[in-house]
Amino acid sequence: MKTYNTDVTIIGGGAAGLAAAIEVNKGGKEVLILERGIELGGILMQCIHNGFGIKEFNKELTGPEYAQKFINEVNQLNIPYKLDTIVIEITLDKKIYAVNKIEGLIEINSKTIILAMGCRERTRGAINVPGFRPAGIFTAGQAQRFVNIEGYLPGKNIVILGSGDIGMIMARRLTWEGCNVKAVVEIQPYVSGLLRNEIQCLEDYGIPLITNYSLTKIHGKNRVKGVTISKVDRNFDRIIGSDQFIECDTLLLSVGLIPENELTRIAGAEISSMGGPIVDNNLETTLEGVFACGNVLQVHDLVDLVTAESKRAGRNAIEYINKRYKKKLKGIEKIHLSAGHNINYVKPDNICLGEILGEIIINFRVKNPDRRIQINIKDETNKTLYKKKKSYVIPSEMIELKINLNNMELNPKCNGLIVEVIPQLEPLIE
Amino acid sequence: MSSSEIYDIIIIGGGVIGCSIARALCKYELKICLLEKEADIAMGTTKANSGVVHAGYAAERKFTKRNLCIRGNKLYSEAVKELNFPFKRMGSFVVAFKVEEIKLLEEIRKRGIEDGILDLELILEKQRIKRMEPNISDDIIGVLHAPSAGIVSPYEMTFALAQNAAMNSVKFFRSQEVIKIDHSDYIFTITTQRNEFKSLNVINCAGLYSAKISKMLGLDYFDITPRKGEYVLFDRNTIQLNKILFPTPTKISKGILVCPTFHGNAFAGPNAQNITDIEDTSTTTAGLKEVLEGAKKIVPNLPLRASIRNFAGLRAVPSTYDFIIDNTDIYGFINVAGILSPGLTSSYAIAEKVIDFLELLGVELKVKEDYNPYRPKPERFTDFSKKELDKKIKEDSSWGRIICRCETISEKEILNAIQGPIGATTIDGVKFRCRAGMGRCQSGFCRPRVMEILSREMKLPYQAITKKGDDTNILIAKTKDLLLKEIIKKEIQK
Amino acid sequence: MTECEDRGIIKTIRCIVCPTGCLVEVRKDIGGEISFQGYTCKRGLEYAQQEHFDPKRIITTTIRVEDGIHPLLPIRSDSPLLKEKLSYAFKIIAKTKVKAPIKMGDILIKGIADENVNIIASRDMIKKKVE
Ligand SMILES: Cc1cc2nc3c(=O)[nH]c(=O)nc-3n(C[C@H](O)[C@H](O)[C@H](O)COP(=O)(O)OP(=O)(O)OC[C@H]3O[C@@H](n4cnc5c(N)ncnc54)[C@H](O)[C@@H]3O)c2cc1C
Ligand SMILES: Cc1cc2nc3c(=O)[nH]c(=O)nc-3n(C[C@H](O)[C@H](O)[C@H](O)COP(=O)(O)OP(=O)(O)OC[C@H]3O[C@@H](n4cnc5c(N)ncnc54)[C@H](O)[C@@H]3O)c2cc1C
Ligand code: SF4
Repeated sequence: MKTYNTDVTIIGGGAAGLAAAIEVNKGGKEVLILERGIELGGILMQCIHNGFGIKEFNKELTGPEYAQKFINEVNQLNIPYKLDTIVIEITLDKKIYAVNKIEGLIEINSKTIILAMGCRERTRGAINVPGFRPAGIFTAGQAQRFVNIEGYLPGKNIVILGSGDIGMIMARRLTWEGCNVKAVVEIQPYVSGLLRNEIQCLEDYGIPLITNYSLTKIHGKNRVKGVTISKVDRNFDRIIGSDQFIECDTLLLSVGLIPENELTRIAGAEISSMGGPIVDNNLETTLEGVFACGNVLQVHDLVDLVTAESKRAGRNAIEYINKRYKKKLKGIEKIHLSAGHNINYVKPDNICLGEILGEIIINFRVKNPDRRIQINIKDETNKTLYKKKKSYVIPSEMIELKINLNNMELNPKCNGLIVEVIPQLEPLIE
Repeated sequence: MSSSEIYDIIIIGGGVIGCSIARALCKYELKICLLEKEADIAMGTTKANSGVVHAGYAAERKFTKRNLCIRGNKLYSEAVKELNFPFKRMGSFVVAFKVEEIKLLEEIRKRGIEDGILDLELILEKQRIKRMEPNISDDIIGVLHAPSAGIVSPYEMTFALAQNAAMNSVKFFRSQEVIKIDHSDYIFTITTQRNEFKSLNVINCAGLYSAKISKMLGLDYFDITPRKGEYVLFDRNTIQLNKILFPTPTKISKGILVCPTFHGNAFAGPNAQNITDIEDTSTTTAGLKEVLEGAKKIVPNLPLRASIRNFAGLRAVPSTYDFIIDNTDIYGFINVAGILSPGLTSSYAIAEKVIDFLELLGVELKVKEDYNPYRPKPERFTDFSKKELDKKIKEDSSWGRIICRCETISEKEILNAIQGPIGATTIDGVKFRCRAGMGRCQSGFCRPRVMEILSREMKLPYQAITKKGDDTNILIAKTKDLLLKEIIKKEIQK
Repeated sequence: MTECEDRGIIKTIRCIVCPTGCLVEVRKDIGGEISFQGYTCKRGLEYAQQEHFDPKRIITTTIRVEDGIHPLLPIRSDSPLLKEKLSYAFKIIAKTKVKAPIKMGDILIKGIADENVNIIASRDMIKKKVE
């Protein structure tokens, strides 16, 4: 068995892994990227539309362009990576086992690990769509891969379930390839992706967007023959008599992404209910010296934020190696950050005190869209320590806050903070 | 194949029943073939059921299925040694919430013991029950424990049976739907869409279609109606069940159970819905709701968020409500029809009974000298130790390429599934043989890779790869084909 | 005559520059003069004007590639193309084949449907190794 030793091992060579690797290399540490695909870049390589890099490069790049910039840099810096190499296990003592065709089983010993495995798509089973199980059902990302990379079309007459950005982008993509997208069906009363995509991907081509409807049956024993959709009430229960049949040969599901944490779980890190590992403000998981960034931690809608987060993970890994972390010394407290009103999840899960700490980045998503809101951070006694106004929030946008604990009147006994989004009390002045 | 070839026995239907009969007969010096209408065997009721090897106390004494089930259960022990399929005797609980139910369970236990299921036990100590199965509802007051009940992977067992039969020279023909049967001079001529087969004896194991097959010969003495059972399957490692959990049975059904699978998943189901369309394996909103609600009564902490798939299977319910295993009025034609639950459990016992019938018919049953009852266990990446793995990959590098990430299935396992006896020719065929695509991402990741391997191995274009045979192609055209076609159409119009 | 037409509104455009999504009304007065109303900021007006007089889109699609490690190469237009010309451009792209190796930014089709708009490669495409 071949064995490698390095400072930092990065699992996953997508946007997150690449940015973290570059940061670690620039910080003077040895790094190795393990990627199971045949090339670097991850999911970006199939996202051939533009809309990436506005924050990072101040330019609208396509997914592959964005990735290529980082791949080029990795190559210039001579950062080692292994392709076609899948990590199958991380042990409790941070040994990594991976396999590939050429070297067989590989063991890697490293001082720290950065998890950057990305996410996977929710499937039909996860949302329990009833009906037959014919050919012609794809997740949107799978269809995207077939069309953009493998070079095949999934079908001709298409219905898309879910109005997230991926669903809408695929609607346009397939239209451009000569397919007929019959409808995008959304269970929520609102479009879940960006307005820009609603207009440029659907409206531009007259693709009907049917909100407040859910898929209630898939027809066709061999190949999809059509779908029944039904209007739903506020509890998402089907309203009887509202069924509508749409003929189609293909159904794309764009019903959400889930962080891919099978390995993280095997390694023994605690996972939060939203699927990502529990991390502190250093992006360190509950396993010492194991960091997480990118979609494996939380599903991002903007790759620019993935890059920024992953650079942080890279820097923190270096810090860890340099032993500048004191929090592992016993007795240093953590504050738990939890999700309050209208908050779906919040990251990090914990903030380490003691080594404070200028700015802390907090990310969260809301449960429901709202306008004219106020974001509060409160302590357990309900005292508001931080507030910010915002004119709107939508579940599909991950929100980022930069807070400085030093500027807050933090009760020394405090061990929990709550983030909430509530309607504005005073009139809006932004 | 030449139509002059005359088989001793032709089996119609490649479900667990047809395949267990094929396997039981393959040890004799007989010329046998099996005809299956689908692109693969085990794709009918056999692939969509609970996979429970019942202890046998459930059916009433007047039914043959009771004895066949009790005997069938016992025969599993030997079969699994020879055929190496996934099977585990983990025991089942029938749970009672009410005092009357306890009375009923006591009745069941008594009769079961009289009929040879000696280890049936009624447990009333709640603590002990909870210790044995911590997930069970707090509201239960007692359980009937059947230690001999087990779980099996029904399709993997069927593949094992078929492979062993094929190793012992039974021929399998797939995509051969029987559409007509004639007989004259004690020879049956069976017509499929593609070919004609001749045989001295015919065994009808066509499941839901067995009445239709029987009627092809004018034997119109029973009907089969489909009864749908729907299921919800949960991801691996989301709930650890130690026991198969049944509610107390009613007259109509064994009820909705909560059950582990051999591979560590759990499922809830089935409900029971009489339907008319024999092809209707669709799931329904109401049905899935019924299943989850029923299951939650027994296991309140069911991991609802971790459901990865729903499916439905159809019970072939005969008008007699019992198995129909008959030497018919037509000499040489045996019906093995209406094999509803517990057909899977009974399969080995049913095969024994068929052999008895063949003997009555005067078929000479001479054991082959070179009969080999063993089917080796398929090698699995996840079964290897680290050292073995390293060695394996060095011997054959396709062990080192993981195709299905959720179930950790390597390219080699997929190649084995395709190249082995009665190899897979479709995506579902690969999936049911080696589990690629069965995990939580439901083939999101591995499908393109499985297609690439199938296309390479079968020397078929990528686009010709199907999910499960005719008309189930995954992809319709190459990217740009639709645009190019449009351009050509316009040019022609000009 | 509908109320909208009555008031001279010929079109409404939803501004996508920021998520507020203002509804901008495009009016034509009797003299044929076009005016815009409903935007909140200047960016909105500029957007609405562009969308009304000259709607353009960036093309992002793929092109067939020979000898590459993939059968398709992702491509884009280096500047936006008039919306009405998109469908023509896609057909030209569909008919074209390119050959690996290719570098990101390489111009693959010069002046597609518009002499100022080129199709460029969106990533590198290395040559497939022949075994
Ligand atoms: C379809 C889609 C459309 C998007 N559109 C936009 C957009 O328009 N604009 C925008 O800014 N953002 C967009 N995003 C978001 C952004 O692109 C992603 O959030 C970002 O690329 C994720 O990067 P990542 O590195 O976390 O994950 P990934 O790119 O998924 O990378 C994870 C990598 O890890 C590898 N890996 C996983 N497990 C293992 C293992 N066990 N061993 C070895 N390797 C492993 C995978 O092969 C993969 O390459 C989109 C995302 C998706 C999915
Ligand atoms: C919901 C449900 C739950 C169950 N649970 C259990 C359980 O827990 N334990 C248990 O012991 N049993 C159980 N059973 C019963 C068990 O699944 C069946 O008894 C068993 O699968 C029947 O196998 P078979 O071979 O008869 O049928 P099938 O698997 O349906 O096989 C018949 C085959 O014949 C083929 N065929 C049909 N017509 C033709 C034709 N014209 N030409 C060629 N081929 C043809 C079909 O394609 C099919 O492959 C359950 C059944 C259901 C539906
Ligand atoms: S007009 Fe201004 S405020 Fe209104 S959506 Fe456009 S950019 Fe936003």
